[in-house]
Amino acid sequence: MTNHWVDIKNADLVLIMGGNAAEAHPCGFKWVTEAKAHNKARLIVVDPRFNRSASVADVYAPIRAGTDIAFLGAVINYLLTNDKIQRDYVTHYTDASFIVKEEFAFQDGLYSGYDADNRRYDKSSWDYEFGDDGFARVDPTLAHPRCVLNLMKQHYSRYTPEMVERVCGTPQQKFQQICEMIASTATPTRAMTIMYALGWTQHSIGSQMIRCGAMVQLLLGNIGVSGGGMNALRGHSNIQGLTDLGLLSNTLTGYITLPHDREQDYEKYVAVRAFKPLRPNQVSYWQHFSKFFVSLQKAWWGDAATAGNRWAYDYLPKIDKLYDMLQVFDLMEQGKINGYLAQGFNPLAAAPNKAKMTAALSNLKFLVIMDPLVTETSEFWRNYGVHHDVDSSKIQTEVIRLPVTCFAEEDGTLVNSGRWLQWHWKGGEPPGEARTDIEIMAELFNRLRKLYQTEGGAFPDPILNLSWPYIRPNSPTPEELAKEYSGRALTDLVDPKNPNNVVRKRDEQLAGFGELRDDGSTASGCWIFCGAWGPTGNLMARRDNSDPTGIGQTLNWAWSWPANRRVLYNRASCDLDGKPFNPERPLIRWNGKQWVGADIPDFRIDDDPAAGVGPFIMNQEGVARLFARTNMAEGPFPEHYEPFESPLGYNPLSRNEPRAVSNPAARIFKADREALGNVAQFPHVATTYRLTEHFHYWTKHVRLNAITQPEQFVEIGAALADELGIAAGDRVRVSSNRGHIEAVAVVTKRIRALNIDGKTVHTVGIPIHWGFTGLARPGYLANTLTPFVGDANSQTPEFKAFLVKVEKVADASPASGQKS
Amino acid sequence: MSDMTRRQFLAITGSGLAGSSLALLGFSPGPALAEVREFKLSRATETRNTCPYCSVSCGLLMYSLGDKSKNATASIFHIEGDPDHPVNRGTLCPKGAALIDFIHSPSRLTHPEYRASGSDRWQRISWDEALERVARLMKQDRDANFIAKNAEGLTVNRWLTTGMLAASASSNEAGYITHKVIRSLGVLAFDNQARV
Repeated sequence: MTNHWVDIKNADLVLIMGGNAAEAHPCGFKWVTEAKAHNKARLIVVDPRFNRSASVADVYAPIRAGTDIAFLGAVINYLLTNDKIQRDYVTHYTDASFIVKEEFAFQDGLYSGYDADNRRYDKSSWDYEFGDDGFARVDPTLAHPRCVLNLMKQHYSRYTPEMVERVCGTPQQKFQQICEMIASTATPTRAMTIMYALGWTQHSIGSQMIRCGAMVQLLLGNIGVSGGGMNALRGHSNIQGLTDLGLLSNTLTGYITLPHDREQDYEKYVAVRAFKPLRPNQVSYWQHFSKFFVSLQKAWWGDAATAGNRWAYDYLPKIDKLYDMLQVFDLMEQGKINGYLAQGFNPLAAAPNKAKMTAALSNLKFLVIMDPLVTETSEFWRNYGVHHDVDSSKIQTEVIRLPVTCFAEEDGTLVNSGRWLQWHWKGGEPPGEARTDIEIMAELFNRLRKLYQTEGGAFPDPILNLSWPYIRPNSPTPEELAKEYSGRALTDLVDPKNPNNVVRKRDEQLAGFGELRDDGSTASGCWIFCGAWGPTGNLMARRDNSDPTGIGQTLNWAWSWPANRRVLYNRASCDLDGKPFNPERPLIRWNGKQWVGADIPDFRIDDDPAAGVGPFIMNQEGVARLFARTNMAEGPFPEHYEPFESPLGYNPLSRNEPRAVSNPAARIFKADREALGNVAQFPHVATTYRLTEHFHYWTKHVRLNAITQPEQFVEIGAALADELGIAAGDRVRVSSNRGHIEAVAVVTKRIRALNIDGKTVHTVGIPIHWGFTGLARPGYLANTLTPFVGDANSQTPEFKAFLVKVEKVADASPASGQKS
Repeated sequence: MSDMTRRQFLAITGSGLAGSSLALLGFSPGPALAEVREFKLSRATETRNTCPYCSVSCGLLMYSLGDKSKNATASIFHIEGDPDHPVNRGTLCPKGAALIDFIHSPSRLTHPEYRASGSDRWQRISWDEALERVARLMKQDRDANFIAKNAEGLTVNRWLTTGMLAASASSNEAGYITHKVIRSLGVLAFDNQARV
């Protein structure tokens, strides 16, 4: 979230699209209710299903799964055509005035530079024009035909209300009504918040859906303001934290990317990441990259990371390509992965195409499970009848399963969706011999290190030299680790302007990332968390809920990254002179000498507004990017592409270009392309979703939740049920080209048939929560059906739009399909 | 006082709840307590935590029996929303409200287990056996398949034949040390739930 949960109460308008907060984030959704009750806010829900959020919305619009860019692109068209943008904000705080290279082009769904053989782009034309001074060229009058705003106008002119109706199935009148409501927030004193979740991320064009939403918000001046923002409602309690800490194939901590093979030279690795400003006087904070990187290397390798060995640069693996989850399971299926560790993760259920996942896991030599619960993955080798029919004797994988504590049995922090790091405390002992993840990883490491010490082996240096300063080596405390990722001085740090002034003593915790240095004198395991455990102690454990301004800014409750800031880009909530756009809900303001207010300013504290420094200090431009330059795989502006399994088989926006039906830059492996189904065999659009009574595949192990939602079902609209002769409660079989599930049919008016380009399209809703282990009635893992293809940028699988066929099961005895 | 009736006891103390406080002070009317069970909360230890499910991260108050002294094993028997928490203000959803059944789920794993190649069952093993086996398997695979230089002779120092998926609800401290350990081995096939 750019903002945070409580701030939603400040919104004048809430758009929930690509999510269902009332169902999946109920206690956060309370702030939508609060905004409606006490801020006269209105709620719009756009979703394929009339869901629980829609049931309390002021306006609900249906949409075909996977067509959100067609909808949002048409919103952009409406705002630009009707001049419903916050002009000062757009002119000064976005790159609307930047001039794009003449070679940049877009035609028939493809951008300039497309390489069809490799399904990727040569992006060299996707950039601004640069002047002789090295800075990007701009036209503040916004008259230049190739300035970003005019290119946007041209691009989205094809996204008309008629097109929305044809592509999305949303009635034009409903669309028009929503556009008018959204446009009302173009004034400086009204804010819209956008709340989204997996309904936007789990598409082959998911990243661009989110980007498109952000562009709408920028045009309206709704980013950086109280009650506004782009608010990702993350699905798990700490995927925000694990992402911040860089537990992804290509990243280190704090969004630092790993070096590529070609980056043999440390200086060049740093230089391309230390982004220089593209306009005069801009902050471009990534210029400090080397301080973040060197401090990380010092935290990990201590005295072994020196200027002489380029801060242990070669201890880090270099990447030749992305080894994301889909890539790795594909390699596993090919027999190229030998060992795998699953820590609190159930990939047999969570990754797409269960049959492929079962085959992949069966090819492993060893699998290590660390979990509090009996996951399906840990028992993938065991026969569970119709729900998991395998022959144990043919699966050679050696499996070691380790019991782990749960939240209630350990101390530590999680990062919530609003970026708050909240310390929690242990309240009870774990069952049996369960151990914490920390203890398991620590002892495993110490055993490995001992083997390398005694036997030697492949490149032992990074293992032997890993800094391990913990008092009890097999059981580092959460406190020790929190202090390490926050950071400390390794020597006395002196003020560069006054060498007699020691600003931090050796071993003292640092107050923030502004104190980091790239000479090896500071260590910080995760620069964006720097200061969480500062010189005054553990700020994450703070529990003062006072809100002195009444707008929900509880700055002394826990600690938020970065720098305890609660609303990102908050400088953009003020005009060029530093006066709040909305005096009713000011976040910060310029008082003539410095920036002050209800939040930690996202700006240098004493930067006079007259200096013309832009509010988006992490960007080289100093302003927000409507034009993504080369940062996205499939183009600088979001374009609608069909899901890989499309009920149309063509892209109505570029009808004559077969290469632009689905995302032209998305990676899909050959066998997975062959496993795609077509509309002739699988005529219905399926979308997976979650229920408020269940959490993923965990709560089927929880008695109360297993009682409240005991049995697997699928949701089908009344029109489709009539067509197929299905009554509520009948058992149905839902199949895709990859497998089938059977479940009870819930026949509902919540899902309506849509008219898509003259053709009736039915949507089938598939809740995901059942499986073959746990207390709830055994069911089929929903990913039996889903396609193995991901978003072109994030590689997040397309779980939200694929094709199925629904049939009534002749033998409707309730026992069928259950484990005997 | 030892043969006080329940009615007399309530008349003296004014309420049953206050009575439990008196009991803690050593004023122990045995038959009266045998007659009315005191509130467990009155002798529980309260601990602050946050919900492990979605990212609203609602504040929790957990109540456990056992005062956390060295020889008293704490066991949680009740969880409710933390009314002081700025986000949830004491509320919990149907998942959070049932957390006590997650902690005490019959599906909780309690000891290390091993499934041999081709077997259809688990066998119980010790932590020592489990971790030694994992360390040995990892080292064998790393030593056999570690790539120090790529085909062009460039230093790459990576290990591609073993991978890991990290948790989605483990703490930052667990995530941090997991990353530190795994990356020191040269692993690239490393992701977390955010990928999904």
